[in-house]
Amino acid sequence: MDMIIKNKAIVADDWTVLRLQEQETPENVIVAAGKVIVSLQVWQAQRAALQDRKEIGVWLASDERPEELKGDIEKFSVIAVDFPKFSDGRGYSIAFNLRARLGYSGELRAIGDVLRDQLFYLQRVGFDAFAPRPDRKIEDVIKGLSDFSEVYQTSFDQKLPLFRRVQRKANEAASGQ
Amino acid sequence: MYRYDEYDQQIVDERVRQYRDQVRRRLSGELTEQEFLPLRLQNGLYMQIHGYMLRIAVPYGLISAQQMRMFAHIARKYDRGYGHFTTRQNIQFNWLKLQDTPDILADLASVQMHGIQTSGNCVRNITSDEFAGVAQDEVVDPRPYAEILRQWSTFHPEFAYLPRKFKIAISGGKEDRAAIYAHDIGLAAIKNAQGEVGFRVVVGGGLGRTPIIGSEICEFVPWQHILTYVESILRIYNQYGRRDNKYKARIKILVKALGIDEFKRQVEADWADLKDGPGTLTGEEVDRVASFFTDPVYETLPDHDSKLNEFKADSRSFSNWLSRNVKPHRVPGYAIVVLSLKKPGNAPGDATAEQMDFVADLADRYSFSELRITHKQNLVLADVRQKDLISLWQEASAQELTTPNIGMLTDIISCPGAEFCTLANARSIPLAKLIAERFENLDYLYDIGEITLNISGCVNACGQHHIGNIGITGVEKKDHDEWYQVSIGGAEGNDSSISKIIGPSFTFHQVPEVIERLIHVYLRERFEDESFISTVRRIGHAPFKEHVYATDFVAQEDEAAGKHVVLPAQYEVPYYSPRF
Repeated sequence: MDMIIKNKAIVADDWTVLRLQEQETPENVIVAAGKVIVSLQVWQAQRAALQDRKEIGVWLASDERPEELKGDIEKFSVIAVDFPKFSDGRGYSIAFNLRARLGYSGELRAIGDVLRDQLFYLQRVGFDAFAPRPDRKIEDVIKGLSDFSEVYQTSFDQKLPLFRRVQRKANEAASGQ
Repeated sequence: MYRYDEYDQQIVDERVRQYRDQVRRRLSGELTEQEFLPLRLQNGLYMQIHGYMLRIAVPYGLISAQQMRMFAHIARKYDRGYGHFTTRQNIQFNWLKLQDTPDILADLASVQMHGIQTSGNCVRNITSDEFAGVAQDEVVDPRPYAEILRQWSTFHPEFAYLPRKFKIAISGGKEDRAAIYAHDIGLAAIKNAQGEVGFRVVVGGGLGRTPIIGSEICEFVPWQHILTYVESILRIYNQYGRRDNKYKARIKILVKALGIDEFKRQVEADWADLKDGPGTLTGEEVDRVASFFTDPVYETLPDHDSKLNEFKADSRSFSNWLSRNVKPHRVPGYAIVVLSLKKPGNAPGDATAEQMDFVADLADRYSFSELRITHKQNLVLADVRQKDLISLWQEASAQELTTPNIGMLTDIISCPGAEFCTLANARSIPLAKLIAERFENLDYLYDIGEITLNISGCVNACGQHHIGNIGITGVEKKDHDEWYQVSIGGAEGNDSSISKIIGPSFTFHQVPEVIERLIHVYLRERFEDESFISTVRRIGHAPFKEHVYATDFVAQEDEAAGKHVVLPAQYEVPYYSPRF
């Protein structure tokens, strides 16, 4: 069983991410029984059959729109966002929109080229689960969650900017003027 | 100027710790170069010709004497005794070792500085008007907003992996001195009819391969909403900016593809959701940050010092300097002094460690311990008493910082060029030196008058050649041949325009003669008091083009002999250089 990082801990994971092989199409691919995270396209093609499953997940490619899931959000036990390359930052906005605009509150998992030094940012925009690239030691990757202990701006994890949360110092020298 | 509180300091200190570990993992092989690349870039570290180059942010160009001394220290301890001030108000050190860089960033953190987001596909250092707070034409002091934007953009989690780099500039004067039309987002701080502060927001400007003047997306965004409005612009860009071709990835291409109206519609649809939300700026926060930018304790002084006039009459050098390098200050009895880093024969924007220490001392004694870096690669002492100008001039002259050429032809803006940069096609600095030496005669220089000349070693336009009245671009490097395109008609400021190429490119040694010929046409055609750019706009390119190409160029000996300039030429290349 693969290990992932979930809610800041390393845990075993029994979900399978279904990626299409050659000659498979969203229509003809067979979605095995059990916990499967299917692509958006497979979901859309086989929605009638999949929507009655007790547990189903979906993953979005970085060029797909989270609004496509509008109305279906409640059906998923997990939504994953794929990072084809860690430098492709679209997934951050997808996550933010899923959480903040579409109100998704279930597990949001980063998959693909997921590396230690992106984790801090990923958790801020709403990811709570991470499947690191398999060649990386997950014990190292998890350290990326705690690189910083304070942040300036709002995102999904922090609804208030620093200036609304704490009393920050003004320039004392200027106070008398 | 702004001073860190414990939150700012903690964030920067944690960044140093994170980076130190990243370097450790890179040196141990745990990280591949490809994986390390975006990490080091987001700390300002490039791999260049001679080794690693570190770009350090000088937020909106404002720097304390203490921070300047730290630059001198870094130049001496880790580099070769000098640094290069850039067109984005940053400083670059060119000769560093990777293993030293965590210590350098720790040294910088000790004086509230960093290299965060000075490179990479993220929001870069926010730039601003070098005369902010002291300019006579100022409408709104942009510095508090620049600092608020700096904090907002620092480690913004959603916008660290944008399609491409993202540059924001902010101005607050009637005259735009921050080139806001040449930025991804340009902000002009203004007041509406009711006297309320807000921003005219310009988007999609930029230079590089596809120079475009920015378009106005909103004529007035009230100050409370500026962070959320900028956030929405970035979110639309992050999702829809092109990622398939790095040359088409800047926001300007997206804005052009969608059209400004459709782009605005998308931004404002996203923004509708954020407007008045918790990201909205508060008056308390603006006041808090503004408290760091209140006036220093100015003395009550007469506006014209009689000694100054006497000395002016005696010394032509001083008088030249006064009229070219000293700018009016909004407080009577004070002046803004521009220290020229453009002495002919020197590399534009370079300063030695000795000069850095020296200007820090000048700042301590004459200008409330603060300095500014200009996007034209000079230094500014913003609050000098007029009665101190004579002694300041005398002292600064001894350090070669008083060349009276600000705004003149020899005040050349130049990128580092092919001797330092892996992107460049051709050398920039030696060309700048050659041109400056040719126009060294002050009478001639002053007769030519206000003009800007910008040199970039390649199309990426770090020398901002598209907005120079005369722009020079290195275009090719075949067998170490260097070729330069010359363009005219560019300008920055309120009347920004993009220059146009005059014709086929030139060799290194032909360029100064080309400039000379352009100037001949201008002097022949100008009306009284007409500037170079006005003449170009009035008569068009044709007369310039005709004259430049009318006669052959006298070949230089080495060119005639077919000898090529080998790059990099005059430097000993250290063992750790990644290129060799």
